[in-house]
Amino acid sequence: MSDTERAATLEAAASSSAGGTGRRNMVLNMGPQHPSTHGVLRVLLELDGEIIEKAEADIGFLHTGIEKECEVKTWQQVVPLTDRVDYLANLSNNLAYCLAVEKLLQMEIPPKAQWMRVMLTEITRLNSHLVWLGTHALDIGAMSMFMYCFREREEILKIFEMFSGQRMMTSYFRIGGLALEPPRGWEKVVDRFCRYMPEKIDEYEGLLTANPIWTIRTQGVGHMTLEDLLEVGVTGPMIRAAGLALDLRKDKPYSSYEKFDFAVPVRTASDVYARYQVRIAEMRESCKIVRQALDGMPEGPVQAEAPGVVLPQREKMKTQMEALIYHFKIVTEGFSVPAGEVYQAVEAPRGELGYYVVSDGTAKPYRVHMRTPSFGNLMALKPLLEGRLIADSIASLGSMDFVLGDTDR
Amino acid sequence: MLADAVKEKRVVQALLGEPACAAAILGGKWALDELTLDIEPGAIVTVCSFLKQRDQYNRLISVTAVDWFPQEPRFEIVYQLMSTHRTEWLRLKCRVGGAEPAIDSVYNVWKSADWYEREIFDMFGVTFRNHPNLKRILMPDDWRGHPLRKDYPVHGYKYSYQNE
Repeated sequence: MSDTERAATLEAAASSSAGGTGRRNMVLNMGPQHPSTHGVLRVLLELDGEIIEKAEADIGFLHTGIEKECEVKTWQQVVPLTDRVDYLANLSNNLAYCLAVEKLLQMEIPPKAQWMRVMLTEITRLNSHLVWLGTHALDIGAMSMFMYCFREREEILKIFEMFSGQRMMTSYFRIGGLALEPPRGWEKVVDRFCRYMPEKIDEYEGLLTANPIWTIRTQGVGHMTLEDLLEVGVTGPMIRAAGLALDLRKDKPYSSYEKFDFAVPVRTASDVYARYQVRIAEMRESCKIVRQALDGMPEGPVQAEAPGVVLPQREKMKTQMEALIYHFKIVTEGFSVPAGEVYQAVEAPRGELGYYVVSDGTAKPYRVHMRTPSFGNLMALKPLLEGRLIADSIASLGSMDFVLGDTDR
Repeated sequence: MLADAVKEKRVVQALLGEPACAAAILGGKWALDELTLDIEPGAIVTVCSFLKQRDQYNRLISVTAVDWFPQEPRFEIVYQLMSTHRTEWLRLKCRVGGAEPAIDSVYNVWKSADWYEREIFDMFGVTFRNHPNLKRILMPDDWRGHPLRKDYPVHGYKYSYQNE
């Protein structure tokens, strides 16, 4: 069915639901270029006055066939593709994929690399939540928030650039550890960031938390019960704002998260305001984790001792023939991974991000499936919008915090 | 039939205690700290209903498929489940044949199956019986073929390097 036909069917359904009185509901096409959809989401809304009678999400505008492409790349070449799945939480994607493949290879990662991974994924969480807070507040009308959040995000992007040479598509985590040794002076930069970030969060809260306009637009809006949220497969801050402490960092710790001391913020109101509170509290917890990682960073290598998988150091390549041979083999034909399957999930900023990786024992993945949080969370769009006011739909959509690249892959 | 490492798991014991579910378990493995059970495709809804209603598996994390072309049965439908009460994970797998592949939808057990099953329908061409709204989700409605099948070229049908 083409789009015009679909719109026509929806309109026909709307007129018939009006009971043959000749009264017809209005069908509104929201997106794919609507600013509050934060990307290219299209929602077909059937309106009865101010009330949304029916809402249907239309996704796929950003589908790039990443899962298909993974099947023709070598294991290591898939890492840059994972960046492009969720471009606001690229390091979480890198991490989930690398952990999955490392699990198949049964590879031990040195402690420093693990701690670095924790530190950088938490900075990624701050980055993602800052973009969310800025755009969500902008949608609701607090325009200055956007400037403040992006000011701090700029610092984060500078940190990423310092580490990896790239601001967004970092590909900094590789199978076997990190891509590069951390740059000289990184401690100072991260330390400075850790010092001022909590103050900035206080500033955001000062602007929003008790602001009557903000509370009126968010409190009691977009409420959903915990049972409904679980039923439609929602994860992340949305489910924690409904009272369930579902966090994979605690439930199934990975990359030595069990060594860090942090709380999982939970609220019970399950409205837009509660989701805001959860994310703000998570930002504070992330700052704490980054601080702990900085203070307790172990010494040692950042790559595993695995000659056939990890590229040898430049120096060794020039002096040792084995290293040169390994380098040539890894670059030309990659490495094979034992046959098997694994589902590795991490707690990404938006919720559970799982990589289901199947290997048939060759140098390329047989199948990579990404269970992305935005795809799961967007299924809540229908219950979240239907029967509610159209004016609240912007706040409700914003509180879901989806990224369309993450949804469509 | 089942290895001891699988048999001793609590959820497997629970399933074996229910005759309808016990008959549906075709095999299983415990590898890399993950439990996988092979289920008879015809009994998937029975097993899933049991797991949800009687064994607290309240989350369907995802449903996906793997194409083992040219093997038969060709498609493997993979269900990832989790119980938030027990903090337990479980993977179910069903093999369906390549000629008119179809399996029952678990939408009536967990609503979150909705889009995942549509995605498999879109990408692999597997039909889900009793799905309320089975249509393409990521590809355009008039798309031909199912991109994630192994016999579908990576560059698609419209463009070919050989024509250059």
